[in-house]
Amino acid sequence: MQHLWLIPALPLAGFLVNGIFGRRVSKGVINLVAIGSVALSFVWVLKTLAALGPLETPHVERYFTWIESGILSVPVEFAVDRLTAVMLLVVTGVGLLIHIYSIGYMGHEGGYHRFFAFMNLFMFFMLTLVLANNYLLMFVGWEGVGLSSYLLIGFYFLRKSATTAANKAFIVNRIGDFGFSLAMFLMVVRLGGLDFPRVFSAAQAMPRETDPGLLTLIALLLFVGATGKSAQIPLYVWLPDAMEGPTPVSALIHAATMVTAGVYMIARSAPLYQQAPIAMDVVAVVGLATAFVAATIGLTQFDIKKVFAYSTVSQLGYMMLAVGVGAYAGGIFHLVTHAFFKALLFLGAGSVIHALAGEQDLRKMGGLRRKIPVTFATLVCAGVAIAGIPPFSGFFSKDEILLAAHHHAPWLYWVGVLTAAMTAFYVFRAIFLAFFGDYQGEHHPHESPPSMLGPLVVLAAFSLAGGFLPVSRFLEPLFPAGEAHHDPALVVVSVIAGLLGLGLAWYLYVARRGLADRIAARLGALYQVVYNKYFVDELYNAAIVQPVVKGSEALLWRRMDAGVIDGAVNGIASRARAIGAVLRLMQSGNIRSYAAWVLMGSVVALIALGFSGGAR
Amino acid sequence: MDHLLSIVLWTPLAGLIVLLFIPSSSERAIKIWANVASFVGFLVSLPLVFLFDRTKDFQFVEKHDWIPSIGASYHLGIDGFGLLLVVLTALLGFLSILSSWSAITERLKEYYAHFLLLQTACLGVFMALDFFLFFVFWELVLVPMYFIIAIWGGARRVYSAIKFVIFTLFGSVLMLLGILALYWLHYQQFQVLTFDIQELMKTQLAPAAQWWIFWALFLGFAVKVPMFPLHTWLPDAHTEAPTAGSVMLASILLKMGTYGFIRFSLPLLPEAAKDPVVVQTVAALSIIAIVYGALVCLMQKDWKKLVAYSSVSHMGFCTLGIIALNPAGLAGSILQQVNHGISTGMLFLIVGVVYERRHTRMIADYSGLWRVMPVFTVVFLITALSSMGMPPLNGFIGEITILRGVYEVSLGWAFACVAGIALGAAYLIWLFQRTMLGEVAETNRSLMDLNRREIAYFAPLLACVFWIGLYPKPFFDILERPVAQVVERVQPGYYAARNLPNPLSPAPAAALRSAPAAQAR
Repeated sequence: MQHLWLIPALPLAGFLVNGIFGRRVSKGVINLVAIGSVALSFVWVLKTLAALGPLETPHVERYFTWIESGILSVPVEFAVDRLTAVMLLVVTGVGLLIHIYSIGYMGHEGGYHRFFAFMNLFMFFMLTLVLANNYLLMFVGWEGVGLSSYLLIGFYFLRKSATTAANKAFIVNRIGDFGFSLAMFLMVVRLGGLDFPRVFSAAQAMPRETDPGLLTLIALLLFVGATGKSAQIPLYVWLPDAMEGPTPVSALIHAATMVTAGVYMIARSAPLYQQAPIAMDVVAVVGLATAFVAATIGLTQFDIKKVFAYSTVSQLGYMMLAVGVGAYAGGIFHLVTHAFFKALLFLGAGSVIHALAGEQDLRKMGGLRRKIPVTFATLVCAGVAIAGIPPFSGFFSKDEILLAAHHHAPWLYWVGVLTAAMTAFYVFRAIFLAFFGDYQGEHHPHESPPSMLGPLVVLAAFSLAGGFLPVSRFLEPLFPAGEAHHDPALVVVSVIAGLLGLGLAWYLYVARRGLADRIAARLGALYQVVYNKYFVDELYNAAIVQPVVKGSEALLWRRMDAGVIDGAVNGIASRARAIGAVLRLMQSGNIRSYAAWVLMGSVVALIALGFSGGAR
Repeated sequence: MDHLLSIVLWTPLAGLIVLLFIPSSSERAIKIWANVASFVGFLVSLPLVFLFDRTKDFQFVEKHDWIPSIGASYHLGIDGFGLLLVVLTALLGFLSILSSWSAITERLKEYYAHFLLLQTACLGVFMALDFFLFFVFWELVLVPMYFIIAIWGGARRVYSAIKFVIFTLFGSVLMLLGILALYWLHYQQFQVLTFDIQELMKTQLAPAAQWWIFWALFLGFAVKVPMFPLHTWLPDAHTEAPTAGSVMLASILLKMGTYGFIRFSLPLLPEAAKDPVVVQTVAALSIIAIVYGALVCLMQKDWKKLVAYSSVSHMGFCTLGIIALNPAGLAGSILQQVNHGISTGMLFLIVGVVYERRHTRMIADYSGLWRVMPVFTVVFLITALSSMGMPPLNGFIGEITILRGVYEVSLGWAFACVAGIALGAAYLIWLFQRTMLGEVAETNRSLMDLNRREIAYFAPLLACVFWIGLYPKPFFDILERPVAQVVERVQPGYYAARNLPNPLSPAPAAALRSAPAAQAR
């Protein structure tokens, strides 16, 4: 017993303490509780992993039976294998850094205790998600991170845009969960349970010919869930809007951890996906398409956080591509390095925004490299990492993915390389716009406090050197063996693509400033379409949201309820009244007319009797 | 304790009789007494929980002749299903009286008298094992509810109250015809006049007779649930009733319909219940209710009406679970009835809290309440999450168990259900945004947060939300037998065919467990 439950329970305790008492205690106490709980959780992860050793077999702990109804039995069970170990380290490690960073960033904000309480709540659910040993418990974490994400996107709840973005994130994720829950029920009914070992052995034992579509259907439904949480086409639309939340939230939830849950879930379900090649192809193609489309949008955005948000969508697409072509270890490796450099990009962006008192528009920045040098340096570290320049972290993980993709189908590789070039371009475009040239704004930029710079520096070190972590080799025994691919030519091509993107950004935004605007003007309509994110939001609004809302008002409520049903009821009522009005005439209160009715009735009765055989 | 059920049943009425002797002028005494009486009513129901033996069927049975000439008897008894609804009624009856303390200022004595009467009537419905007695309680519920809506309701109270009564009466007349048909057919076979349900179950019915009786009972129950398209009384009645009345309507009265299906329709008329036409019709109506209710919620401008329509959607889940006719569907449905009682009851209490402060139900009149009423906002958030089935809260457990059962029958049904869940999230989260988030409207700036009394009536319900969500095992345990009884009646051999342990055939372990309980009695 390693008491794995302590790992999520510590942040939960932090949430409860700060949530209930946070209003009445000082910031120091809030910090101590919030950061202390995450730090302890991190320490407990280290201690547990040290005690468990090389983890050749999963370590499972069972606590109690959650649901036991004869037909559905679900235990609360945590398990640690190598995949979980990697995720635990990323979530608690990066989570801890971002918590520390938040002390400085959120220092001037109202609702300080609320912020940290929600962050801790998020940690609780995220750790539950990665520790769970069955799909239902994973789903608890899955929904819970969605809830915390909702609360944190809407943190500035006085702003309508923030609460609307929060709603959008919540509802779009619920649409994705639709797939996840249907997949779970298929597993219960057809595979006999929800425990990972059970589902996987059932999936592997199932001869393909008995029900060829079943595993594909399950895998695809799970992927629907993943498209929601991990912001893939067609459900990616919530993530860019989610940038309404405070920047540490964007770094933690919408870059490093929660949005990668979909990738984790598919990697976790690898034995299932291996049996469903069609589903894997769908995952790969959707991932690549997302990577490409999001990268093109990233080329044109001017909000620094929006650039990085589309970059996240794009990089998540890469990870999906990886797991789709069977390079699970590579996908998780990229998840890890991405957690470093994307968290760093966001935290760096946060440092810029902090320096400029809330300014996020790249056009109102410029020339900041001398004013906030540490931020600048760390952002460059993140930039070279994401651009895939050797020997920095992104290079290793991205190459693993691209090589596996090439092995699967060469066109996947070439689209991936093109995307890599765009990635390098838009990241450095943002860096050059913000840090080179002349300052365009009217604030007095100031460097951030040490509590913010510290995490930046640590993350920068990992972004640079993280590629040497043996994540892939550590994970390989878990996944179906895919042969290692080495092809120096392909590696060189992708590196050149990254350098080209970087160089083009330098040329357009440093060497020949202003050229980019002219090119944009020349491209005209095409540029406008991309700049407006292909009008996908507008399309969804016109095609889905408005018909549902307007339709239910006009058709269902006014026509159906008020018109047809109540109309029918009221119709019967008025008919009854009309009949009553006629019948009332008979009750005139006039004795003579009563007597006449009695007489008439008797006559009728006698005649009737006569016809029917008579009363003898 | 041979008369435990009678004590639980008649305590509120005894309280009512004492209440009548308190002069109308001493308002405080009336309020205190009503609260005390209903609280005692709740307390006396607790021994049922502790003495309940889940290895037995009907317990605490009391049987006396009542009207021998027609075979009506005073026959009470509860199984696990009845137990849950009886305790829920006792609890919510008390909490709704507690919630009326400052909301009701006129004709106090009558108001509380109606509530105590209502509570006895509802309890009777869930305890009666005699069809005649059941029908008496069923109709008795109408009387206080009518007056509660018509006297203490909102602007359109008279219209709503009459609509409520007409719909329900229409249903009960047909139900009565169904009951009488059963009664006569039983008499023809056995030459014994009885309304006793266990006796009536022995009747051999021709398929055609089952079919007709099923639909007669169905209409009676469907109006109460309410099922689409018989639901239009509900938005009016719920919206116009005073807060406590809405709570009782939503949490308890609606359950009478689903209770009737499970207790009477399925076991008495098993052949009709599994007739494909019946199954498909009920399923289709349930699914329409789920999706339709959720869609209509989306565009409501009246907070209370939104909550009312959400009941249509949620009760659709319950009826769909019932018609799945398997253990998961039935157990999930029963649990979801309890969940709906808890979370929708709370949603109505929440509307009541702000209505008492601002005297408007329009969503547009509220915004940014988080700023001024933080505790209230947290309560609302948890309630909304519970209602939309967020794990690990109670609604989630009910929904997945229902879905588990529904899935076994049809993939298409499950699809529709899950779509309904997604929509449920949409209307609740949007309501939350419009009322709790954003800038505080000037008129709401001085609103007070929850006071102690308000916290007191939310607290037990919140505890249940977490309890059922985190540890639902005790609930499933006590439901095992009643559900198995119904399933074995409708689909004999269900458990054996699937190699499932049948809760009705005592395993050695179960026998051991029952031994100490047997000694206790």
